[in-house]
Amino acid sequence: MEKYECVCGYVYDPADGDPDNGVEPGTSFTDLPGEWVCPICGASQDNFKKLD
Amino acid sequence: MYKPIEIADRIYSVGCRDWDIRDFHGYSTYEGTTYNAFLILGEKNILIDTVKEKFADEFLSNISKIIDPKKIDIVISNHTEMDHSGAIPRLMQVIGEEKPLYCSKMGAKNLKSHFNRDFNFKVVGSGDELKIGDRTFSFLETRMLHWPDSMFTYLVEDAILFSSDAFGQHYSGDKFFDDEIGDEIIPHARKYYANILLHFSPRVQALLKDVAKMNLKINMICPDHGILWRENPSKIIEAYDKWSRQEPANKVVVIFDSMWDSTTKMARSITSGIESEDVAVRLMNTRKWHRSDIMTEIIEAGAIAVGSPTLNNGIFPVIADVMTYIKGLRPQNKIAAAFGSYGWSGEAVKILNNEFSEMKLDIIDEGIKVQYVPDEDDLNKCFDLGVKIAKTLKQKLSGGKDGQ
Repeated sequence: MEKYECVCGYVYDPADGDPDNGVEPGTSFTDLPGEWVCPICGASQDNFKKLD
Repeated sequence: MYKPIEIADRIYSVGCRDWDIRDFHGYSTYEGTTYNAFLILGEKNILIDTVKEKFADEFLSNISKIIDPKKIDIVISNHTEMDHSGAIPRLMQVIGEEKPLYCSKMGAKNLKSHFNRDFNFKVVGSGDELKIGDRTFSFLETRMLHWPDSMFTYLVEDAILFSSDAFGQHYSGDKFFDDEIGDEIIPHARKYYANILLHFSPRVQALLKDVAKMNLKINMICPDHGILWRENPSKIIEAYDKWSRQEPANKVVVIFDSMWDSTTKMARSITSGIESEDVAVRLMNTRKWHRSDIMTEIIEAGAIAVGSPTLNNGIFPVIADVMTYIKGLRPQNKIAAAFGSYGWSGEAVKILNNEFSEMKLDIIDEGIKVQYVPDEDDLNKCFDLGVKIAKTLKQKLSGGKDGQ
């Protein structure tokens, strides 16, 4: 699954998910709940870019 | 002019003092600030951080008192915000454009964007080391403390932590070290934390845990603003631990504004109610207190009460300013209540409650709105709201104690 990078440099890796914020490992970026924001800087999902 | 100070063997503080600044992007700086930068002499001469662009000449002159700036071999940028990077282009022009500039990945991105040009970047991350002669510089990325690029540089042999903005204070006086100023500096450090770092408190907690695990010996902490912590660096680390835990305290901040003193009367009655329960209270009129001072009080409180008149079907503009500011800094574990006088429609209390709810504060009452001027009955209700806030807070605090 594809990784996405936030403007702050944080990378969302679906393999890891974001368990601290209720996102199970294995969750693709596009399946993240709408209210999920970057756990590092608080930016919303539209601030993320797909990594090549 | 700033007389460079040798802070350790062949290590100099060469930054500049900004005596005049009173508004630091919306943060009141009654005692100005300093832009600290550090020159480390050795087999190669290394500079950590720079100053605001307008102080570039003064900065170069400070360095010249120690060495010819052209003899600087390496620049490390711990933080790219303009008050620390503004002088980089001028510096590089003087010392040589080809000189390496060490920074984080996001640091390189930011500097390119700030100055619309490239530098000879050497990108480093956590754990990377730069060994030069008898000195070892170890890097630790501290992303979002408080910018994406932020990092610490730890000088291993001298056990000095160059901490960029973390542990800083906006203070420009005649003192340079914690042992010279004593506890007088703590309110400045608290204000800095409340206004610059509070919203990243979970990151601060994570960082403190990481640093504890690394078991670093720290002789001195050198932030990019204010005094340096050399006598007791653990004092500011402990303070950061306390502030970042955001544990509620036995204090209420009542924040209000008023058009015809009706909301003022309500605020005073609420304050009396809080005091009657022996809970500390601070009454802050938003047109008398700067938003950054209000924020500094809030981090040491367990509850806030916010009062706003209704103006043009909304909350009062000055209250909106303060609420936007507080919301962005994300205070946690606070009790909240709203109040306000109105003329005909009276939306303010509802709007404030919505804001509290979005801020995830614990709303303990639907709030009190009074049409036009509060009468005795209304003021008694306000007093009772103050009592309720104080009692709920005390209950919460004693519950917390039982749990420990």
